[in-house]
Parts: sequence; structure tokens; C-alpha cells
Amino acid sequence: MTQIEISDLLKQKVHVDAVVPESDAAQAWIELQPDYLLACADVLRSDPALYFDHLACLSGVDLPEQNKIVIVLHLYSYPFEHKVVIKYFTERKTPPLLLNNQIDKTQFPIFPSVSGIWKTAIWHEREAFDLFGIWFENHPDLRRILLPPDWEGFPLRKDYTLAEKYHDIQIEY
Amino acid sequence: MIADMKSPLHLEPELNPEEVLNRASAFSPSLSELNSEEMILNMGPQHPSTHGVLRLELVTDGEIVIDVVPHLGYLHRCFEKHAEKLSYLQILPYCDRMDYLSAMNNEHTFVMGVEQMLGLKDKIPKRVEYIRVLVAELNRIASHLVAIGTYGMDIGAWTPFLWCFRDRGHILNMLEWVSGARMLYNYIWVGGLFYDLPPGFEEKCREFISYFKPKLSELNTILTENEIFISRTANVGVLPLKVAIDYGVTGPALRGSGLGWDLRKSEAYSVYPEIEFDIPVGQGLKGKVGDCWDRHWVRCQEINESLKIIEQCVDKLTGEHKRTTDFDPRAVCPKKIRPKAGELYFRAENPRGELGYYIVADGVSDIPKRCKARAPSFSNLSVLPEISRGVLIADLVAIIGSLDIVLGEIDR
Amino acid sequence: MKSDFDLGNIDLPNRSHEKNGESQVIVTTITDLLNWAKKSSLWPLGFGLACCAIEMMATNAGHYDLDRFGVFPRGSPRQADVMIVSGTVTFKMADRIKRLFEQMAEPRYVISMGSCSNCGGPYWEHGYHVVKGVDRIIPVDVYVPGCPPRPEALIGGILKLQEKIVGEKLYPELDGLLNLGRK
Repeated sequence: MTQIEISDLLKQKVHVDAVVPESDAAQAWIELQPDYLLACADVLRSDPALYFDHLACLSGVDLPEQNKIVIVLHLYSYPFEHKVVIKYFTERKTPPLLLNNQIDKTQFPIFPSVSGIWKTAIWHEREAFDLFGIWFENHPDLRRILLPPDWEGFPLRKDYTLAEKYHDIQIEY
Repeated sequence: MIADMKSPLHLEPELNPEEVLNRASAFSPSLSELNSEEMILNMGPQHPSTHGVLRLELVTDGEIVIDVVPHLGYLHRCFEKHAEKLSYLQILPYCDRMDYLSAMNNEHTFVMGVEQMLGLKDKIPKRVEYIRVLVAELNRIASHLVAIGTYGMDIGAWTPFLWCFRDRGHILNMLEWVSGARMLYNYIWVGGLFYDLPPGFEEKCREFISYFKPKLSELNTILTENEIFISRTANVGVLPLKVAIDYGVTGPALRGSGLGWDLRKSEAYSVYPEIEFDIPVGQGLKGKVGDCWDRHWVRCQEINESLKIIEQCVDKLTGEHKRTTDFDPRAVCPKKIRPKAGELYFRAENPRGELGYYIVADGVSDIPKRCKARAPSFSNLSVLPEISRGVLIADLVAIIGSLDIVLGEIDR
Repeated sequence: MKSDFDLGNIDLPNRSHEKNGESQVIVTTITDLLNWAKKSSLWPLGFGLACCAIEMMATNAGHYDLDRFGVFPRGSPRQADVMIVSGTVTFKMADRIKRLFEQMAEPRYVISMGSCSNCGGPYWEHGYHVVKGVDRIIPVDVYVPGCPPRPEALIGGILKLQEKIVGEKLYPELDGLLNLGRK
């Protein structure tokens, strides 16, 4: 099935506006609103014509010039061997540098978590939280995965600046 | 009769810990106040058998593992940040260093992704494609040999480790002859190769195949068919297929659970459609489908398949696509690698599973905007807490070894 | 047919005629004896971080044998003499490396293997999580360059460490004072 057919099926089942932007890039994608994400994800996973059971990759992309933070899902289906790319974005907010015990999630860009549907996303979303500072609603275990728990900042953002030292060891060369 | 006598260590199966305490407290009243607690044990980043710097926090009840919490990030080397600051060709050595045991496969995947974005996919000369597949499959054998050797060492067998590294040493010598380096090559470039194969390489390859086949069957006899190995790995860490797909497990771990899915056949990239090989699938020969022995067996069979692929490649490279004096492996290499604005997720079969690169280009510069590497071991490791509930600590070591993780690509 | 891949049998020369029972007493100094003992049985902590660890494993294995130098990897830092830091040191790992080094009993040495632990390696410029050289955390005795260093380079590094140990003095503070006459 092509992206257009899949987006038509989604519009039909979930009554949502799933847009396929015009581009001559190597792969096309479907853009969704984050509010309708869970309903769409449910359809994508369980509909007998679609059956996307393999979440290959969940990546975050930081676009400061458009003031957006985007999450891109690449879904594949083992039985039907077709694929779809889903993108959803929200406004880019700047979270606090240091994560302590009381985290105020309104300072983070918030997305619903798809980890209830594809368990692959549990660790991928933790990585997006760690490196971009994105909060995922209803994630079972949202904490830093790659960086130490007392690291300051979210490194893959485009405006990340290095701290001077970490535990008395100089960070710069 | 002697057959009726029970050994003093024999415990009747109906006894459970509470029963034992009840009976024991008849002798000593204070024993009835004993209770047991769960213990939190740290299998720290420095450990002989965690295959790298992985920290596992085990919650154990005695010797039985109740929960495993993996802690990663001890080797986080900021690959994605480097990919946002360096040009495409400069990123290539960093791709090598992610999964350092199978560097040629990492390079191959990245290069194929960039070539597709540049529109060069069908313009690569066939000889270049066959050489790429040849070195990638040699590296696949080397990577599986490390996996098998270190797995044997974790279980307790020292000899297969030395045999595997001896044979791997021969492969590394050959790859050094081709590219100049033993382990991290920087050999497969966008649009071609660094250098052509040296003269005499194809004959050496054939000699290696005929040397290695009897050694492989020796290795199978000493390790894969070994009673002790089977009793330690069969029926241990059974990974059901549904759980594997849910957690995104790919590669030999998925094939060991019964699904015959190989990206070399389904994505059909490079010259794999022109080569004949089979996909080994775990059948539960010694236990349940999807246990540690199945995953190990799939790897041993894949070495056989890789040898078949190498034979066919060498035939093609000495026949149809023989070396000529005017062959330039860098003929199609673009001077400036500047793909059009857009993005692509390209995936290929690494020895550990599905390696994918999601590359976003903005069309104006030769530095990618975002390059995310989807590492197979990252998702393979996430299934560890699921399959290791209720096993003994020694079984946990066997399960980690069978998943074949490389921390360099988990932490990127 | 003998091929390049068969390591085969190696013929050792027969030197049994040299054993005539004369050298039963050897005269030496305590410093030389202790240094000889220390250098001939360096037991490294089995501590591999990244790609260099695989080359260290290959050096321990058949083609380039490290056991002939007395080098045998140990699992616990309390039983090890030398720590071969092979691979990239990250900030998350830095605290643990310090603790492992402090757990080793003296005399202890550190070999920094590979560019990443020498100076940060290829990650020196944009690596926010990479410590630019393990000598920012622990004192290093020998640096082995390469990415990864060949097994021969690692063996060269161990031999360099052995040279350094041979030059060590038992009581360096007494050297000039008692005028022992040793250079």
C-alpha cells in the first residue's frame, strides 16, 4: 500500500486529517496531529489490512528555525511487507537544564507515548527524552538512558552548549 | 537396595521453603522467625562476561533473578552529534566504530543510504558491488566467530574462544591486506571503494574457504553439540515470537524464535538478489523454539551461508567481473556529496540484526541535518528483562551471551 | 598441502646440553630481583571498554600470545597489577574507572591503549560525553597510540612498561644520600 492509500484508510477509520505533504524526496511521510496519535497508532497496529507490527525506529528531530520538535516513526509490517513513515510535531519549548526529583512537565514539549502499542518504543522514547528533552505522556519509565542522571542539558538540541566541568573533570579538549 | 537409597542431598520435591522452615523450627524455635529478603546485586560495568560496559542491576531472591534493570550509556560516544557537524564522508569512520566487530557492514549500510539519496543506486559498477558483499560477508563471519567464542568463554569453555580467534585472525589478515587496517577499515566509500582488491586476493579467499570448512565442523562438534553446552543453553531464555516482534528484536535472535526474516532477502539491496543462500531458522532442535541454543545454532549456520555467498562472489569476481587494468574503484565517487533536500531511512542486515540509518538532508550543505542510527543491539537488549524473570544468575549470563550485544552500537 | 593458514608445528632448538648444573647460585641485588619478578608477571585487569578491547582479546589469543610474557587477565582489581584502559572513557564511566584504580593494590601501573584513552581520539572535537584522555582521571605510565593499536603495538607497550619497571628503585629517596654508586 502506498502512503496515500494508508492515509486515506486512516482518514476513513479515525476521522482525522492525515496529510501527505508534497515532496520529491526519497521517501514520503504522513503527518499527524499528536492528539490523534494514539487512535491512529491503534489502527495502524491492529487493522487487518495494515498490521504494522514492527516499529523500526523512533527518532526525534530538532528544527529550531521552524520552532518545531518532530518525532518520526518508521513502521514496517512483517506479513504484508509494506511500510509507513509517521511524523508528528509540537512547539519547541526549552526545558530546564538539570533534572531533579520534581520535574515540571509543562516546560517540556509533550507527546503521547506509543510504548503501550509497540514495546520497542519504551527505550527509543527514553532516548528521545534523554537527548532532546521531550516528555512522553504515560510512559512506564521515563528517565535518562544514555547520559548520567545528573547531566545538564539535552545534547542533541541545536542550541546545546557544553558545561565547563562534570564532576571536576574538564569537558572541552 | 542401593537403587532405593536416596543421596543425603536429595530434597523431596513436595518441600517448599516454608515447609522446610516449619520442620526446622521444631528443632529450634528462633528459626521460625527467619524471613528472606530480596537482594539487589550489581553486575557492574566492569565484569568478565557482560560483553562490554553494561551495568545490570539484578533483584534476586537468593540465586533466582526476579528482575533485571539494564543501565546503559557507559560508552555513549555522541555519534549523532558528530553526524550533525561533519560531512558525509567524514562520518564514515564513526560509523565503523559503532559496531566495531562488523565495521564493513556498518559502512555498507550508511553508504547505500547516502547513495540512494544521491540517486547513484544503479550506477555503481558491478565489480564494486561484489567486492562490497565479499568483504561484508567476511566481516560477518568474523563477527559471528567472536560471538561464538565469547559465548563459549562465558559458559566456561576456553578452547572454542582460542579456536575462533585463531580463525578470525586469518580473516583479519585478509581484510588488512585489502584495506590497510585490521578492524576499523574506512574502506567502503560513497560511490565506490577506497582501493581495488589486491592481486591474488581471490585465490587466497578460496584457500581460506577450503581451510575453514573442516574447522567449522570441528567447532560445532566441540561446542554446539557438546552435552554440557546443551544442558546450559537449551530451554533457557526462551523468547516467544510475539514478544520478539513487539520489542523490535531482529537478526539471529528473531530467526532463532522461528521467523525466517532476513533483510538481505526482503529488502534485496546490493547484489544479494543474484546470490543464492538460505536463511537458517530456529526449530527447537534441542529444546524449545527460541531458546539460547537456537540463537547460537542460527549463528553457526549463518557462517555456513556466508561461506556460500563468498564462494559465489569470488566466482563472479574471477569470471564475469574480472579485474581489468582500467578499473577505477573511485570512478563514481562524487566530488561533493550534497543530496537533495529530503530524508531517507535505509536499513540492512548487520550480523546482529537490522541496522538502520535515518538521514535528513537539507539540500544546501554537505553536512547532514540529522543522522540517527538505529542499532540492532539496542532493541535486542530491551527484551532481556522480559525473558530472564525467574532464571538463575548463571542462566542470565547465558542469555546475555546468546543475544550477542555490542555496547558500542547500543550506546552509539 | 601446507597452506599459509595452517600454523603447524614449530621446531624448538634442543639446548639440553647447556644444562650442566653449574648455575645453582645467582648473585644479584634485591632491587633487580624484585623488578624482575614484577615485570615478568604483570597481571592486567580484564577491563575492555570498546574496540581496543577486541584487539586486546586478540592479543591474548593464539596469533599474538600474551601468556608468554606472563600476562594473564584477572577479573578483580584486587588481584591485578596493571590496568589496560582500552577504549573510549566516557563521563559516566569515569567515576568507575577511578574507583577501580583505587581498588588496585600497589605496585600498580596503567597502560592507556588507543587514541581514545590517550587524548579523546576521534571524538575530541564534538564528543560532549567523552573524557579527552584517561590521564585526566588516573595517572598513566605508558601510552600506546593507534586506533586501534595493532597487537604488536600493545605488546610493545607492555615491553615498554617492563623497561620502566626494570628502572625502578627500591628506595629512591636514599639514592644520593648513601651514595650507593648505582646509576
